[in-house]
Amino acid sequence: MQTEEMRLDGNAAGGMLREVFALEVTAALARCAGCGSVAPMGTLLEYGHGMGVVLRCPTCDTAVVRMTHTPGWVRLDASGIAFLMIPETPTPAAQV
Amino acid sequence: MTDLRAVGAPPRLEWLVSTVAKVHNETRRARTLVLDVPLWPGHRAGQHVDVRLVAEDGYQAQRSYSIASPPESPSLELTVERLDDGEVSPYLCDVLRVGDGLEIRGPIGGYFVWDVAQGGPLFLVAGGSGIVPLMAMMRHYAAAPNELRADVPVRLLYSARTLDDVIYRDELEMGSRVDARVSLALTRDAPAGWGGYRRRIDRAMLEEVGWPPNESPRVFVCGPTPLVESVANLLVEIGHVPSRIRTERFGPTG
Repeated sequence: MQTEEMRLDGNAAGGMLREVFALEVTAALARCAGCGSVAPMGTLLEYGHGMGVVLRCPTCDTAVVRMTHTPGWVRLDASGIAFLMIPETPTPAAQV
Repeated sequence: MTDLRAVGAPPRLEWLVSTVAKVHNETRRARTLVLDVPLWPGHRAGQHVDVRLVAEDGYQAQRSYSIASPPESPSLELTVERLDDGEVSPYLCDVLRVGDGLEIRGPIGGYFVWDVAQGGPLFLVAGGSGIVPLMAMMRHYAAAPNELRADVPVRLLYSARTLDDVIYRDELEMGSRVDARVSLALTRDAPAGWGGYRRRIDRAMLEEVGWPPNESPRVFVCGPTPLVESVANLLVEIGHVPSRIRTERFGPTG
C-alpha cells in the first residue's frame, strides 16, 4: 500500500476530535506552530494508525495534532496549534 | 450565551443505535443503507458519520461514511463501497439485513459542506465512491426552490472505472431535469458508442467541464487520495483560488 493512499484529511478525524472538543472543529482555523500558516482543521493531512491519528500541516509537515486512545484514556497533543479560531455557529468559514 | 442545541450542535457526540430500514445495491460493489435514527439532529450536505462495529470479544472497528441523503430527507442514507480486504465494508454490504441495528455517531464535519444558500456556481468533481457526499449536495440542490436554484448552476464531473461502476447512474442521468450538467469519465472500459470521456480526469477535461476561474466557482472534490490531490493541483494550475477548492480524501480502508 502506498503511503499517499494512507493520507486522508482532517475532516475524517472530525468524529474523534469531537470526543475532546465541545464544538465542531473541522471548519476551525488553526495556525501551525511550525510555520505560522493558517488553515481549516479539515484541510490538515491525516495519517491514521491503530491507536489514533496524527494531523500534519499541509505546508510544512509539522504534527499539528496527535490523538491516541489507550485503555481508559484519550491522549491529545495539540502543541502544533499556535492558535485556534472556532466558529460558534455552523461553518461561517464556508461562507468565505 | 449561545445555546448550542439551537444551532444543531449537541454538546457531546453520542453513539446512536440506528435500525436498517431498507438496503439496495447501487452497483456490484456499492450498497445503500437506509437507516432510521431515533433523535437524529439533522445534517448538512457533505457531512459524514462514524460507524462502529463491536465483535463479541469486544474488538471494535470504526470507519467514516459519507451521508448520501440530503438534509431534506426524513431518513439517513449511507452508500458503502465494499473493499474486499476491509473490516467493516464487507459486513455492511454483505451481512447487514433490514431490521438489524447499527451504531453510528454524527453528523460530523463543518468544512466539506455546502448549502444552496451559499450560492455558486458549483463544480463537483468525484472519483469512484467519492460521489456519495457530492450526491447529497446534488439532491439538496434538486430539493431547493426554483428561485434559489436559478442563480446556482451546478456541474458534476464524475470519474468511474466502467459504466457499471457509476453509482446513482439512473438518478444522475436525470440531472438535467434540475439544470445540473453531469459529465462522466470512464477510465477502463466504455460501451460501444460511448459519448462521454474515456480517460482519467486531466487538465483539459477540468477546463472543458468546469467554469473558468473568473466566474469564481465553489469546487468540491472527493475521491481516492491520488485523484483528489491531482485534481486540486490542476485546478490551482488553471487559476482557481485554493480557498474556493474543498477536498475530501477517501482512504483505502473499508
